Amino acid sequence: MLGELLRRTWAMTWKDVTVELRARERINAMLFFAALVLFIFNFALGPDRETLREVAPGLLWLAFLFTGMLGLGRSFQAERENECFEELLLTPGDRESIFFGKLAGNILFMVTAEALILPLFGILYNLDIWGLLPSLALVAFLGTVGFSAIGTLLAAMTAHLRAREVMLPLLLFPLTVPVILGSVRATEAILAGGGLTEVSHWLKLLGGFDVIFLVVCPLAFEFVLEE
Amino acid sequence: MGRGSLVARILGGAAGLLLATGLYLGLVVVPPDAVQGDVQRIMYVHVPSIVTAYIAFFVVFCTSILYLWKRDLRLDAVAVSSAEIGVVFTGITLATGMIWGKPTWGVWWTWDARLTLTAILFTIYVGYLMLRAFAEEPLAAARYGAVLAILGFLDIPLNHLAVYWWRTLHQPSSILRPGGPSVASAMLLPLAMNFAGLILLFAYFLVERVRLERIRHRTAEVRLTRGRRG
Repeated sequence: MLGELLRRTWAMTWKDVTVELRARERINAMLFFAALVLFIFNFALGPDRETLREVAPGLLWLAFLFTGMLGLGRSFQAERENECFEELLLTPGDRESIFFGKLAGNILFMVTAEALILPLFGILYNLDIWGLLPSLALVAFLGTVGFSAIGTLLAAMTAHLRAREVMLPLLLFPLTVPVILGSVRATEAILAGGGLTEVSHWLKLLGGFDVIFLVVCPLAFEFVLEE
Repeated sequence: MGRGSLVARILGGAAGLLLATGLYLGLVVVPPDAVQGDVQRIMYVHVPSIVTAYIAFFVVFCTSILYLWKRDLRLDAVAVSSAEIGVVFTGITLATGMIWGKPTWGVWWTWDARLTLTAILFTIYVGYLMLRAFAEEPLAAARYGAVLAILGFLDIPLNHLAVYWWRTLHQPSSILRPGGPSVASAMLLPLAMNFAGLILLFAYFLVERVRLERIRHRTAEVRLTRGRRG
């Protein structure tokens, strides 16, 4: 039963990754956008290093989330544009495997973008983040999972709406306030030199958020895909 | 269908009566607050409004789950109606809170925990209404709406935790707290009347709004059958 779910989920993720590797529609746009965001922040805030250091955690997460949202939006719109939605629904087995497959792909793309943003961020803003990378990666991963879980569900939903590009962020950001707050505060504490124990309450909140929505979103997904 | 039903008229009448008396007592009869003065009187509208909004969103949550289970469009009509009214009451809470905040705290807005939470709540349910407006057909609107309402409601406790850890500045709750209420007893009567009045007003709005929704459904059906014949 679980093996079957994993196999189908993997098939779904593999399909998305293959499409991406051939067409490079999403990841190129995401990476370039991420670099641009870091670039633009500099003009918005000026080159003063002290100011930048204070707002760094927020900037980092804005770059993560905006880039992530760009990728999420594409995950179901591409299916719609290529008229693949019906075929997707015809795949045998539970709908959950479609959800988890799409989610795994979305997390993978977002993590890839983050892996570029983080070092670039350290270089461009002169922050000494290299020793903190493992802790930062943990926070980034926990935040990314929660953000993508709700995001994948909402992307499936908004792909069928009028004004779909606008609606995804409008629904996604209010619902993910706990993720945004938790990730930014935890990142702030880590950049200030605090260890993981100091941010354990935020990590628990992020973990709890992830667990709740990893259970609820696949269940809700069944109702979204119904035609 | 004609004019509102008897139930609606009773609800509306009772709400009007209670609010009129409650507001009269609160704004005119009860002496001003010892510390805050007349500004404090805004509490009689502010506090019952947010409680009513939470009740409204709880109704949205329950009817949304029931809709996904039973697939009865009447349940969805209750959900969307309740959400609209909840958004209005949340808006009233934000507005009265800001009007109170300016003379008391010296600023219209501050990122205090409860203000922030109310603002988040507002954005979630405005998003809900927009989502429904942008759906291409009514059944999709109902399904998507129900899913979003469930997510949104589950999000509330997490938001609470996150925002409270982030900051707290608001006046602590003065009625539901260990050791009994700290509001002067003279203030309790008008406050209780306004609570009851606003909840009845919510019920009245809900009944009327659901009726409106049903008329809309029927109009759509009539248009559809006419279109087929023509």
